[in-house]
Amino acid sequence: MDPVSNLLAAYKIPIGLWGKAFFTFLTDNFNAIFRGFSNGLNLLLDGLVDGLLLLPPVAVVALIAALAWYLQRSRALAIGVALGLLFIINQGLWKQTVETLVLVVAAAAASMAIGVPLGIWAAHKPKVYRIMLPVLDLMQTLPTFVYLIPVLTLFGLGNAPGLIVTIIFVIPTAVRLTHLGVVSVPTAIIEAGQAFGATKRQLLWKVELPAALPTIMAGLTQCIMLSLSMVVFAALIGAGGLGTEINRALGSRKIDLGLEAGLAIVVLAIVLDRMTRIGVGGKK
Amino acid sequence: MNVAVDFKNVDIVFGADTTGSLAMLDKGATRAEILEKTGNVLGCAGANLTVNEGEISVLMGLSGSGKSTLLRAVNRLNIVSRGQVMVKDGDKMVDVVSCDEPTLRRLRQHQVAMVFQQFGLLPWRTVEENVGLGLELAGMPEAERKLKVGKQLDLVNLTPWAKKYAHELSGGMQQRVGLARAFATEAPILLMDEPFSALDPLIRTKLQDELLQLQKTLKKTIIFVSHDLEEALKIGNTITIMEGGRIVQSGPPEDIVLRPANDYVRDFIANVNPLSVLTAWNVMRDRRDLEDAGEGWLWLDRRKTTRFKIDAQGLVVAAERNGQPAVWVSVDDIEKSSDEASHVFWAKPGTSLKLVMLAMHRSQTSPVALFDDQSRFVGAIGIRDVLSAVLRR
Repeated sequence: MDPVSNLLAAYKIPIGLWGKAFFTFLTDNFNAIFRGFSNGLNLLLDGLVDGLLLLPPVAVVALIAALAWYLQRSRALAIGVALGLLFIINQGLWKQTVETLVLVVAAAAASMAIGVPLGIWAAHKPKVYRIMLPVLDLMQTLPTFVYLIPVLTLFGLGNAPGLIVTIIFVIPTAVRLTHLGVVSVPTAIIEAGQAFGATKRQLLWKVELPAALPTIMAGLTQCIMLSLSMVVFAALIGAGGLGTEINRALGSRKIDLGLEAGLAIVVLAIVLDRMTRIGVGGKK
Repeated sequence: MNVAVDFKNVDIVFGADTTGSLAMLDKGATRAEILEKTGNVLGCAGANLTVNEGEISVLMGLSGSGKSTLLRAVNRLNIVSRGQVMVKDGDKMVDVVSCDEPTLRRLRQHQVAMVFQQFGLLPWRTVEENVGLGLELAGMPEAERKLKVGKQLDLVNLTPWAKKYAHELSGGMQQRVGLARAFATEAPILLMDEPFSALDPLIRTKLQDELLQLQKTLKKTIIFVSHDLEEALKIGNTITIMEGGRIVQSGPPEDIVLRPANDYVRDFIANVNPLSVLTAWNVMRDRRDLEDAGEGWLWLDRRKTTRFKIDAQGLVVAAERNGQPAVWVSVDDIEKSSDEASHVFWAKPGTSLKLVMLAMHRSQTSPVALFDDQSRFVGAIGIRDVLSAVLRR
């Protein structure tokens, strides 16, 4: 190697060690808080899963189909949703599907709850967005396995850490699409609101958010899809559901099990996507 | 007359830090120089303009002349860098440039309404919800709002469309919604930023007529931005011409047409039909400039074909045309009169030049006399006066 490279290699910046020290510091000092949070979250998620599993599967299918009809006013969609979910029952994957469904819906909801306000803030303050942007890039591009490890040490095994890694991966999309929706509200209608004496709050609720709603809803759909794509990783740190089945299929080279669980995820994805397309399709 | 809006030495510079630009402006720098040195855009400089209550004041100019910039200073959609914009607020005047946020909001909700070129309607709201926007923002309860909105929709003939969405309407209809929204707040001052420019010519003319019709009863103070001189001449009581961010001329329409301040204005009016603006008053020769024919007689024309005898009160007691006694007839009766050479027509100062020309045509080019409201003789128009006014020589 050339001398410059030698010199550079001789004084390695200990980023890895710093990171480790930081997480060790967190576990040493705040372990109780992280574990308490994790246990509470696990209790909540498991409770939801158990609650849904108490009901007869067919009743839950009927409920979801009814919800699909209520959201989209489409009989074809309701029938399609019912058929898809009945197929999952047929494959014997109902319990795992419910676990995954709860995880995905919780992750998407939490991501939107955090991401939408952040997106609005970023849209109003370009400086904030400039600082936020590299953090969002980091969250989306850092390989998932890298943050599985610290999350595992902080939160332990279970549904809660699965939810947390999913949220880390999904939030940037909620932020970005909300930001996009709000900054692309036409100036003409913003000025109309201002010219008639809107306060900042009125401008947000009566002009900006309704105008950005289609984009924000597209963000919700994206969040659900991305959460689904994380179920396999979440399963690696103890979240149950279809991801666990796929990991097991991979470990034992069971093509049949992999195919069944994989199809169940696809069905779930299509069902959730079609159900949440509000404001993008026909309805205003 | 009461002042509704008063621009006082208004400078508007777009950019982060405007102090350097303003200093350059004071040293007489042009817009291009300021842009090159500081990167700031000079929107408007040294604007002084007074708009009286109940008048339609038109700001005219090519795109980039600063007309919209100045208009938008009235409700602070544009920030004024220096100067004052006084706006009537009840019985006092408020400086929009320096007032606090609550005052500004009150002005926007109750005193100054706006109509936009691209309509600015909210697409997810129905027509009636759009019209009620200003009232809703001002916190008016829904029942009261519905009542007012219904009345406004009636006024602009939109009632059958109340439940439609904006995009289901044609451009002309959408701008009617924009008008109704502005009228709904009952603000006495109306800002109109090229409201009819996006419409096709027939609809544009129709909406102009409707606006003038409504104005007769509503008597708003309207500041209207336009790049179309025909439109400005049609609806404006005052026209202000802007160039490169500065006001170059301001005055009544006929002043602009008869006495353009510079070549820019002259170019502007080059294609305007003077007959649509000028009145008898604009082209007449005053009686003191007429040639004396002796014994109380005055020649009405330079060719000395027609003369009047005027008494001490200024009333006409005798008329003569080509040496023969003649009668004087109002131009209002022009359709009833026969084509006799012994007629001398008279008009009022406000009579249109078009009618004066018709009278000349009917009376074999005899001059037309001008009488005031007390029938006193004030002046005369000869054929040469008409020709020079039409040809602008």
